[in-house]
Amino acid sequence: MDLYEHQARELFEKHGIVVPRAEVTDSPERARGIARALGGRAVVKAQVKTGGRGKAGGVRLAADPAAAEHAARRILGMGIKGHTVGTVMLAEPVDVDREFYVSYVLDRAAGRFLAVASAEGGTEIEQVAAERPGAVARIPVDPDEGVTTSTAARIADAAGLPPQAVDVLVRLWEVLVREDALLVEVNPLVRTAQGGIVALDGKVTLDDNALYRQSRWGGERVESADPLEARAAAKGLNYVRLDGAVGVIGNGAGLVMSTLDVVAGCGARPANFLDIGGGASARVMADGLSVVLSDPAVKSVLVNVFGGITACDAVADGIVRALEEVTLTKPLVVRLDGNSAARGRALLDARAHPLVEQATTMDGAARRAARLATAASTAG
Amino acid sequence: MAIYLTKESKVLVQGMTGAEGMKHTRRMLAAGTDVVGGVNPRKAGRTVEFDERAVPVFGSVREGVERTGADVTVVFVPPAFAKAAVVEAADAGIGLAVVITEGIPVHDSVAFTAYARTRGTRIIGPNCPGVITPGQSNAGIIPPDITKSGRIGLVSKSGTLTYQLMYELRDIGFSTCVGIGGDPVVGTSHTDCLAAFQDDPDTELVVLIGEIGGDAEERAAAYIRDHVTKPVVGYIAGFTAPEGRTMGHAGAIVSGSSGTAQAKRDALEAAGVRVGSTPAETARHVAAALGREARYGAVV
Repeated sequence: MDLYEHQARELFEKHGIVVPRAEVTDSPERARGIARALGGRAVVKAQVKTGGRGKAGGVRLAADPAAAEHAARRILGMGIKGHTVGTVMLAEPVDVDREFYVSYVLDRAAGRFLAVASAEGGTEIEQVAAERPGAVARIPVDPDEGVTTSTAARIADAAGLPPQAVDVLVRLWEVLVREDALLVEVNPLVRTAQGGIVALDGKVTLDDNALYRQSRWGGERVESADPLEARAAAKGLNYVRLDGAVGVIGNGAGLVMSTLDVVAGCGARPANFLDIGGGASARVMADGLSVVLSDPAVKSVLVNVFGGITACDAVADGIVRALEEVTLTKPLVVRLDGNSAARGRALLDARAHPLVEQATTMDGAARRAARLATAASTAG
Repeated sequence: MAIYLTKESKVLVQGMTGAEGMKHTRRMLAAGTDVVGGVNPRKAGRTVEFDERAVPVFGSVREGVERTGADVTVVFVPPAFAKAAVVEAADAGIGLAVVITEGIPVHDSVAFTAYARTRGTRIIGPNCPGVITPGQSNAGIIPPDITKSGRIGLVSKSGTLTYQLMYELRDIGFSTCVGIGGDPVVGTSHTDCLAAFQDDPDTELVVLIGEIGGDAEERAAAYIRDHVTKPVVGYIAGFTAPEGRTMGHAGAIVSGSSGTAQAKRDALEAAGVRVGSTPAETARHVAAALGREARYGAVV
């Protein structure tokens, strides 16, 4: 789970990292009051879980409370890379002397975390890393030892960070471990004109697998703006809406991704990703089908299941149940193989719905579903 | 011979007495696996009756190893207990721990994979379907009856894509299939499996299945170029997957790869790997490489 900047700021502060004074609001009028409390001037920053805010006009410096209200009004509701800005954070401006970059990130290949640090922080850090790799220090962290003061000193030294950064590096490691984060990034970490060290902006990604032991975030739900995605999430389905006409349902993320690719290879576009998971019940299948069918963009539906743990007769049973619960108006192509496939196919044969047909191969099923969707789009 | 798992492997099941553990122990036994015991401190001393045999429950992995000579464990315990279970297995000198459990916190996986390395224990997974050497042994939840023994080695992140390919190539058959798991941190990589298959006289060709995210496939490609002389056929899923949101700059700085399906395909092809566009086409590439076109149709 990615956190908003203001949530990351809160975690940094909790672990003793110096951050600018700031407050969050969804109201321009409140923004004026917050700016006044901050001393008049304020940086107004869109709270969105994506990069490139500044370039999109989502960060503005306001010279006084009235300007802060005006800036908040401009930024709230703005779309940045598909994210609508729902809140802004107002922060006290900081006189920046120098910008640094520090992060801990999972090195998947090595199976451990890596400290990444540079004396050249800021939004161009990726370019710095690509063009002058020597300017970015990468130091693996021993999972047993973690980041002690001496490790932190080594990181700071390798990156050319000032001595005050050592304490920040130790505390940032604490954020990573105590909060079960997969990424903590401070960019920029700044030295102020007064000589202090402040975490000006930060990103934190928490590990969804660990939310059960992180009470602070246990109740936090990532609400999807898409009504179908929200409905699917409420039913516990792993559903992502896309922009094509072929609804896709399968089991296992790899097979579903592969099914999307095969549909695309047949010249059609998938309308969604829906993984019913391992050992899916008839109920899950029925819920999934009803969500996919209620997408008006869907012209045909492809069910592609290879039963390993999942029993194909349960999948077929789910399809039959869904046919009782919703009126099927779009063609459904079903491919069942593996565990209990013969029983599953027999169940669908017995139901003999005119809009349900079976295919014997994944490629054949995808071709058929693509053709049906194209035909329906042309006709309609 | 196969890799990692043979009919000589003596297998313990941690979490055997739970619902998933029971179901899959039954399947593993039916596939010929030498399941020598379960581990559950609260049910130690009991035995569980299966069709093939009565399986004793031990109070600890160490007890199981001492009493049976077990060298493999399959872990089904819930996520919160997985780290302790793997550490216990490593301390007991288990050579191979197959961690099926899904949803383990990444910091725990980092800790137990690092610990297992210091003890010489190989971890497969977590969040994986396990490893099967068809006709010999099955450690995990891969369905054993969809393929047969043969000379293809397979390594994959994805469970169901593994099954799909095993089924497509059931007439040729497999030496060993390894589902390494899709979590960010896994104990055994594509590259580890490639190295093992390269050294395995029973494996003639390797199928490598990857998917978007991370750079394991790019690393595997570099390894293939430098070290693998056996033919490798690849498949990558995720060309049309919704674009993941990337937060921050750290990921790109570390891997230097975009992690897209196309980047992975390009890297594999540059290393001389034939990459199929669909699972079926991948199967046809394999058949062609093994001189079995007749049964599978020519590659278009």
